[in-house]
Amino acid sequence: MAGFSVLQARAARWVGLLPFLLFTGLFLILPTLYIVVGAFRTPTGGFTFENIINLNTPTIRSAYWVSLKISFMSALLGCIIGFAMAAAVTLGGVSRRVKNPLLTFSGVASNFAGVPLAFAFIATIGPAGLITMYLRTEFGINLRLYGWNLLSSTGLIITYLFFQIPLMILIITPALEGLKREWREAADILGATRLQYWRMVAFPILFPSILGTMALLFANAFGAVATAIALTGPSLNIAPILLYAQIRGDVLGSPNLGYALAFGMIVITGLANTLYIVLRLRAERWLK
Amino acid sequence: MSKVLAWTAIVLGCIYFILPMIGMAEFSLSMRRGVYSLDAYRVVLADPVFQATFGYSVVMALVTIAFGVLLVVPTAYWVQLKLPEMRPVVEFITLLPLVIPAIVIVFGYIRLYNTSSWLPLTGTVMGTNLLLMFGYTMLAMPYMYRAVDTGLRSIDVATLTEAAQSLGAGWVRIVMTIILPNVLGAVLSGAFLTFAIVIGEFTMAAILDRPAFGPYMQLLGANRAYEPAALAVIAFAITWACMGLIQMVSKLFKHKRAQS
Repeated sequence: MAGFSVLQARAARWVGLLPFLLFTGLFLILPTLYIVVGAFRTPTGGFTFENIINLNTPTIRSAYWVSLKISFMSALLGCIIGFAMAAAVTLGGVSRRVKNPLLTFSGVASNFAGVPLAFAFIATIGPAGLITMYLRTEFGINLRLYGWNLLSSTGLIITYLFFQIPLMILIITPALEGLKREWREAADILGATRLQYWRMVAFPILFPSILGTMALLFANAFGAVATAIALTGPSLNIAPILLYAQIRGDVLGSPNLGYALAFGMIVITGLANTLYIVLRLRAERWLK
Repeated sequence: MSKVLAWTAIVLGCIYFILPMIGMAEFSLSMRRGVYSLDAYRVVLADPVFQATFGYSVVMALVTIAFGVLLVVPTAYWVQLKLPEMRPVVEFITLLPLVIPAIVIVFGYIRLYNTSSWLPLTGTVMGTNLLLMFGYTMLAMPYMYRAVDTGLRSIDVATLTEAAQSLGAGWVRIVMTIILPNVLGAVLSGAFLTFAIVIGEFTMAAILDRPAFGPYMQLLGANRAYEPAALAVIAFAITWACMGLIQMVSKLFKHKRAQS
């Protein structure tokens, strides 16, 4: 009898977690598993690697490749520019009064993604945008003749930077502020130059944070659908747009190939996020 | 030298961020030839489809917030009080929506809950709305959970619970009248962020074919010139307002705690 009540008490502890587990199970884990399993199944239900192998067509390969390129470039540039701006306001140089407005704005801009962001860039450097028209009428410069096209991968990278840079600023500012003054002083006393301090002390400490954030930005850009569709319509062949078209109209002609395409996206964003978590844990050892 | 570099970084960065703002504002005012006017806004605001879709998304956001709070607050409270060893697992699950792209989650929805499945949610309008709301709850979960969890850590959950229990309060009463008011600041922060996410969300609503604000904006963007810019300004104002409210709330509640 006593043993039973202990068991009962132990079970009661789990009751409070049931709604959460049930909900995330039904509307997060199960749908994802369904896609993953579907990627390894034949239409009749047997196990196969066929779908994964069939991803190797010119269209799908190029969709992944362009997606990877856009995500990588926007993450890299977002990291470099975001780091420069965050460093400028935290490590002196620029008045610290700029810092809080910059962080507030970053909070807004990192959430200003999707369809409206695309509109803002179309209105600015699209074919009839503010800058495009200004350059043409005032200086006679036709950006089109210089190969500029907003509805391209370059245009997408420049647009994505609008939420990538702020995200980098938000994540890296605490890390920069975590650089202890003592480290700097210790380096100074030992006769280190500024460059040496950065190369041998600050940068190695920050490196996991920077690389980790870059992985996060990469995943962030890779899964973005709305901005790309609003900017380029269905014309640009990148992985999320291809998957969107596949879901709406089975453009690949095989539902299971669609699952494989989605599975590939999970693998890529999953790897990027794992890298982020691992590097973040490593970064936190120093920044306490 | 480094001062020059720092200022260059800030000034160039600011130019990059300000130009699209100016661009969209200018464009949204240029509907009438030659003069600035609010015509684009007037046309958009008078459009019945705008009113319907915007209203739909506002209601969706509010329902998502209510559902999210009901799910997240008791869960985070319970984990803190009874199952601290499960914290890493629960935290990991709440972060998964950042890992799995929204388009993949919703792809799973339409296959798993279609008309021929065991739970045919997409068979009815109400069921699809519900499914979309669940999807939004997932999108907002990482932010909502983290906000509430941080809020809970700053109060003494165990003591409050014991005090309430010794006065005869049940679980529902404890969560609603003791825990929730104590983490109200965190809940409100999560709520405003949820609102900002849901109001312009495109992917899930488009795939589930619901008349939400995001797909409406996209459709308008493909067919019109000036109205989309006006919509972008409105959407930006909403995002800005939500972030402003979050800052205000966190300041307000910090102030209150310091006093008590």
